[in-house]
Amino acid sequence: MLKIADKTFESRLFTGTGKFSSAAVMEETLLASGSELVTVALRRVDVNDPQDDMLLHLRHPQIHLLPNTSGVRTAKEAVFAAQLAREALETNWLKLEIHPDPKYLLPDPIETLKAAEELVKLGFIILPYIHADPVLCKRLEEVGVAAVMPLGSPIGSNKGLKTIDFLEIIIEQSSVPVIVDAGIGSPSDAAKALEIGADAVLVNTAIAVAGDPVAMAEAFKMAVIAGRMAFEARLGNQENHAVASSPLTAFLDYEL
Amino acid sequence: MSFKDKFEEYDWEEVKASIYSKTGHDVQKALLAQKRTLEDFKALISPAAAQFLEPMAQLSRKLTQKRFGKTMHMYIPLYLSNECTNICTYCGFSLDNKVRRKTLSKDEILREVEVIKSLGYDHVLLVTGEANQTVHAAYFKEVIQLIKPYFSQISMEVQPLETTEYEELIALGLYSVLIYQETYHKEDYKKHHPKGKKSNFNYRLETPDRLGQAGIHKMGLGVLIGLEDWRTDSFFTAAHLQYLERTYWQTRYSLSFPRLRPFSGGLEPKVEMTDRELVQLICAYRIINEELEISLSTRESEHFRDHCIQLGVTSISAGSKTNPGGYAVEPESLEQFEISDERSPAQIAAMIRERGYEPVWKDWDQVFVQ
Ligand code: SF4
Repeated sequence: MLKIADKTFESRLFTGTGKFSSAAVMEETLLASGSELVTVALRRVDVNDPQDDMLLHLRHPQIHLLPNTSGVRTAKEAVFAAQLAREALETNWLKLEIHPDPKYLLPDPIETLKAAEELVKLGFIILPYIHADPVLCKRLEEVGVAAVMPLGSPIGSNKGLKTIDFLEIIIEQSSVPVIVDAGIGSPSDAAKALEIGADAVLVNTAIAVAGDPVAMAEAFKMAVIAGRMAFEARLGNQENHAVASSPLTAFLDYEL
Repeated sequence: MSFKDKFEEYDWEEVKASIYSKTGHDVQKALLAQKRTLEDFKALISPAAAQFLEPMAQLSRKLTQKRFGKTMHMYIPLYLSNECTNICTYCGFSLDNKVRRKTLSKDEILREVEVIKSLGYDHVLLVTGEANQTVHAAYFKEVIQLIKPYFSQISMEVQPLETTEYEELIALGLYSVLIYQETYHKEDYKKHHPKGKKSNFNYRLETPDRLGQAGIHKMGLGVLIGLEDWRTDSFFTAAHLQYLERTYWQTRYSLSFPRLRPFSGGLEPKVEMTDRELVQLICAYRIINEELEISLSTRESEHFRDHCIQLGVTSISAGSKTNPGGYAVEPESLEQFEISDERSPAQIAAMIRERGYEPVWKDWDQVFVQ
């Protein structure tokens, strides 16, 4: 079981709601994925409309909504968006995303840290989307985020875990859950992330744009379970230890 | 949140039983693992690991050289005072030990410093007992200001202080603080520390947290080996270390393994640790923690120290006196404990070079904090 802030999750697969052909397909896919935490872009929903199509399709007791601030470019805008999201969606959970760069949508570390600090003080449960930067992760932890969400590769690229060496450092050092977000292109990427000890993955594009999103969601569901099992069963080392040529401990057998 | 909360989740006897039930298979798994956990550490310090000592030593040497290269850091203690208002059953400075007490004056400190500098040192470790009336934060401030011009690295092994006191000392140039829990066995801790401020187990246990909050550059942990089952105590040290590394991630950490040594009025160790077991422990720490600095004092024998240099140790002292004024002012005053390796720093440095390592006298500069 994965615990983030005060919530526990059976599933370690988190999903997104973008890029689906229809809200109905989205709903069916999310249910097949078993995901219990689903991000919604604040800019994609009409918070004033209780009959908003996307929100209606997300109304399931096991699904918790995780509003994201995608679209904002500064800490100031993020704080504003967060307050709006809290009110409209009745949750203080927030995926903090600040990417001023429209091309690769890479997160701005400085604005993200600033916004995280302020939002934590305002009582939000913050899950920041960031580059796989181990030092930034520690700085975010210090300001009180509930988890960190480093990227595997650029958003939507499906390139997999390009940042794996840094993800490993982040996982090793972190005191909060690590959720690998962005870039996961296939179930094997997701399994790999869990194998190296990530607490969860967030997948959107790879599922939404698959030929059969529902089947792909199931494949991801199983991959995440397999990856976690492998992590818990402990992978062996690939390296073989050299056989001693000159023993280092022989001195213990004689006294001078 | 402090380590106390984590500590209270553990039960001494359960931890002990789990260490002693580890098998050879667990040790092999630990040696082969990609990422090692505290469970692996338990296996590596278990009796079952004794038969894997050579592969552990080989791995420990490899990891140490990867991170530290072939270098050995040199430090020396400067005992400022043997005044102490605590009773500790194992220490020559204990209040109930009727000896003449002495705290060095400024002039005396400078005379000691002169000798220490002439030995080649640039890193000094200030040591005192706990006598809050005379040897307090204000005294440490004065001492640090006094000796700062002579050393680029100043460490301290004194009574626990408050966070704000640490902050002030760090601002004046304090580089590192060593604070040993002595034992993590709460009931036995009380027996060994029946009187004085030190008998407050929790205050001591939370000292590393206060140091971390104060932003110390480096801190040293450890237990006094001989008071309690060393394997269980070492597990708690490792758990403490892991918590601190994750929480105060900008701080460096060091460990040392003082084995109970004879002193005037002495306590017989409850538990004996053999040289072979100490090597096992050093290697076990290195294997689970590649960045950890490991130091060995002059409590250990020449023969042992010479060989440990290539096993995982990264810093050693030499030429140490464990009495206030021991270098120049009053060489015959009472020592805290007897030292075992009597060689001079120059001899030790030569031995280090002979073994293909480089003695390092300076590794820090005040300019970083100004
Ligand atoms: S160990 Fe420290 S506190 Fe205890 S008697 Fe010795 S000097 Fe005093």
